Parts: sequence; C-alpha cells; structure tokens
Amino acid sequence: MAAPPNEVAIVCRALTKRYGSVVALDALDLEVPTGSVFGFLGSNGAGKTTTIRLLASLAQATGGDASLAGVAVGDGEPNRRGLFGYLDQDPRFHGWMTPRELLDLVGRVYRMPDADRRTRIEEVLETVGLTDASRRPIGTLSGGMRQRLGVAQAILNRPPILLLDEPVSSLDPEGRVDMLAVIRRLGGASTVLFSTHILTDVERVCDRVAILDHGHLVTTGPMTELLERYARPVYRLDPEDDQAAAVAGLVTGLRAAPFVTHVEETTGGLRVAVSDAADAGRQLLAMVTAHGVALLVFERQRPTLEDVFLQLVGRRAHEPGAAA
Amino acid sequence: MIGLGSMLRKELLEQWRTRRMLVVAVVFTALGIGSPLLARYTPELVKALAGDQFQIVLPPPTAADAVSQFGKNLGQAGVLTAILLAMGSVAVEKERGTAALLLTKPVSRGAFLLAKLVAIGTTLLVGLMLAAVGGYYYTLILFESLPALGWAAMAGLLLLSLVAYASLTFLGSVLSRSSLAAAAIGIGAMIVLAILSALPSVGPFTPGGLDAPGAALAVGKDPGAVIGPLLVNLAGVSAIFGIAWLAFRRQEL
Repeated sequence: MAAPPNEVAIVCRALTKRYGSVVALDALDLEVPTGSVFGFLGSNGAGKTTTIRLLASLAQATGGDASLAGVAVGDGEPNRRGLFGYLDQDPRFHGWMTPRELLDLVGRVYRMPDADRRTRIEEVLETVGLTDASRRPIGTLSGGMRQRLGVAQAILNRPPILLLDEPVSSLDPEGRVDMLAVIRRLGGASTVLFSTHILTDVERVCDRVAILDHGHLVTTGPMTELLERYARPVYRLDPEDDQAAAVAGLVTGLRAAPFVTHVEETTGGLRVAVSDAADAGRQLLAMVTAHGVALLVFERQRPTLEDVFLQLVGRRAHEPGAAA
Repeated sequence: MIGLGSMLRKELLEQWRTRRMLVVAVVFTALGIGSPLLARYTPELVKALAGDQFQIVLPPPTAADAVSQFGKNLGQAGVLTAILLAMGSVAVEKERGTAALLLTKPVSRGAFLLAKLVAIGTTLLVGLMLAAVGGYYYTLILFESLPALGWAAMAGLLLLSLVAYASLTFLGSVLSRSSLAAAAIGIGAMIVLAILSALPSVGPFTPGGLDAPGAALAVGKDPGAVIGPLLVNLAGVSAIFGIAWLAFRRQEL
C-alpha cells in the first residue's frame, strides 16, 4: 500500500532510462519513506547509479517521473537542489582546492550565513574525520579521504534528502564502520537513499531496502519484512574432524531430503537451507545421527540479506525472459 | 543566474591558484614591453646582421611601428593564449566529474558557464592591461607620447578580439568532452576567421578586423567605421555564449 504523500520523501513512477537499445532502468516504481535509511541494492549494472543520477537531474529520464520532497525532478530548477545532498560513487573535486575551501564554496552556493557556514564546516570536518587534512590540497588526498569529503559536502547544508551512491566503497574497514555509523545517525533527520552492492553494509544501517536487477525492481520493503518473507531457514552444521566419509554420506542424504533446498559445503562445515524449519528441526539431527556424524556445532542461523538477495536475483536470472 | 557570484569567485580563485593569471600576466607584459623595443631596434639589428656586404635602407622607426608591433605580438600570442585558457574550461570539468558536483547544487547551468567565460575574460583583461601599460610606457620613452585614451581603446578592441576567439573555443569545450577537441574547434575557427578577414566586405567585422581601427586610435588617427565591427563582435560573443548555454542546458553529466 502506498504511503501518504507527506510521509514519502522520494517517489519514482514508471521511471525509465534508455541508452539507445539498452534499458538501464525499466519503469521503476518506488517510494522512500521520510526519515528512512533506504538501501538500494543490486549488482553492478542493476540501475542503482542511473536512478540516483536521474533523481539528481544529472541525466534525463526517457519515461516516467520522480519527485523529491514533493517537488518534481527534471525541470532543471536549481533551487530544488537545496532539497538534497548528492555523493557520486567516484567523487572528484578540484585538486587545487583544500577541503575547507570546497566546503566554503558549497556553503556559499547554499547561501549559508557566514557564522553558520564556518561553524558547520568545522562540524562536518569533525564528523567525517578530515579536520587534520582540511588545509591540504584535495589533489594530495587518498581515495578514502575524498570519499569522506564527498559525504561532508553532501551533508553540509543539512538537506532533508541524501542521495549517496556507493558512499563507503573506497574506505578501509575502519573508515567504513565510521562512515556507516555517520549514515545511520543521519537517518531520522534526513532521508537517506544509499546505493551499494555490499549487502552487509545495508544490514548494518538500513531500515528499508529495494533490490534492483537489470533495471527492474525485484522487491522493496522493510528489512525485517523481507527477511521474514524471502529468507529460507538455514542451519549450520560443523562436524568434528576426521569424518570425511561419514560427512560425505550425510551431504548425499541431505541433498536427497525433500525438506532441504540447498546444501553448501563451507570451510568449517555445512550450511543447509531448508524449506520448512519445523520439519528440519525434527529430521536434521536424526539424519546426522543415522550417518554417524559427530557435531561440534548445530544451530539455526539468522537469515541474512545475502540469502534474500541471492534467492530473488538468482530466481529472476532463471525466469523465462529475464535479461541476460 | 543562480549561484553566479559564488561560481565567479571560485573561477577567479582557480585562475589565480593554478597560476594561469600569473603566466598570462608575465607573457603579455613581456610582449607589451618587447613590442616598442623590437620596433625601435629592428633596423639596427638588421644592419648589424647584414654587416658591410649589403646596403639595406630602412625608414627610421616611428611610434606607429611600435603600435603595429604591439598589435601583431599580442594578436598572435594572445589568440593562442585565449584558446589555451578556454579549451579545457568546461570539457575537463565534465570529464572529471567536478561539473556534476557543482551542478547538483543551487547553481544554474547559465551561471556555471558565464562565470567561466567571465573569468577567462578577466585573465585576458589583466594580461592586456599590464601589456598596454608596459607598451605605452616604452613607446613613450623610445618614440613619442601617444594619446593614452587611444592606446586604451586599442587594448579594449584587442581584448574583444581575444574574447571572441576564447568564446569560440569555449563553445567547443561545451560541445565536447575533450579539451583537445575544443582546441581544434578554436584553431579551426581562427583559420576560418583569418580567411574571412581577407574579404573586403566581411573582413572588418571579424575579430581580426578590429586591429586596424585599434592601431589608428592608438596613434590618434581616425579609425573609420569602428562601431559596427565592435557591435558585431560583441553580438557574436553573446550569440556564441547563448548557443553554448542552449547546448549545455540539456547535456547529461
């Protein structure tokens, strides 16, 4: 069911983008609730960047329409741009400027009063951890630092909507955790549309998700709802060492069992996806015992977004007529 | 023109920080000072090089020669400088993605372009002012006093001519994503205009056609019909900017 208009920050209606015969985005219908941190998921080439570029007016839609905070996209009206902050997946800046000068320029463009601009620049530099490098030419900054600067310039004017295209892709693990925490904190005050192909990042910060595949929307909804709806129960079985023959027999037996949908052999043991958790709970241990396998670990794992993603995107790839 | 002030500030700062303004100032000043020097000492240089074997008779140099030399030097090197300044101005920003950064903010595309063209014009203006002051001073020392207003008018017409070439290259920079392609458009336009300037009916209205009235004004003579060519060139620059804006308005970044 569609959310009321004042509770929806971003709306796409049949939004379409074609490059010649290539359909980059195919009639996307999407609503992003106000204040949410919205994960926009998909493999490379799924249409995530195209959608964000259309919303930011960097490209023109071939069909359909979209709006940000109730204001239509695509009329080229510069004042609309105060409504959103934008971060490119590969942010580039003028190398001769310093981060402080860039943020000053951005603040001036947004007509922030002098005192507020100066205070806010210090705040965002501190937020993204660039205070010490703020007087260095941007041309001397690392890729990760440039990405932090990209986030800083996007949030400087406290926009109600943030369009972040792969905002943590160039960061080291520590920087990634810090930046994801920043993005999580932005939720509520701002609506964050956050594209990525890294599923664990989405699980860390997003409350809602949309999955795109080859320009099509596969599904969208609250994260918990998607996990409940699509993720199949998964059991982890870690056998004791030196039982190769018995474990091989168990794997064969599991693959033949009607309630088992997938068996994955991992370094430490087995991941068994099942169609019916109740059946599996009753029968799995009996099968293990019957094959004489001694276990170190037997647990039912929390389904992950990766399970949902692989199930949905994998299923589409096998549907007749699915894009190659 | 939303964001014009901020963008102009950024563009002028860029001209300064990347040392473009400094290089143009130094080169133009050297050309400005060098022109009367070259005019004054060319006969003596020629005589010294020819030695006693050849008898070369050259008329004594005059202030008009200094003015002519100034126009030639600044005209030729100035056009190349104008092309160099304009060739990457938009194309490089599109290619690197910095245009997208700015144009997702409250900056209109017209303001983005106008700030760049004004900054290029300002750099050329600063260079030409220094060249004009240096050239005027050395002409005064080596030859005679010329009307300062006439000299300033010559520099003004020269500036308009350089801005016209810069705007053609600028249009190339808007239309392409490569600064080399933009430079090729600028050089191509320069060649076409040079050919057109040889035609009696069209020549006076080309950027190069402003040289002759400029030189006349500098030595205090009647420049002839100058208002028409002046207006045509101003209109040409405005039209080129308008075309650039129309093309850029719908471009995907």
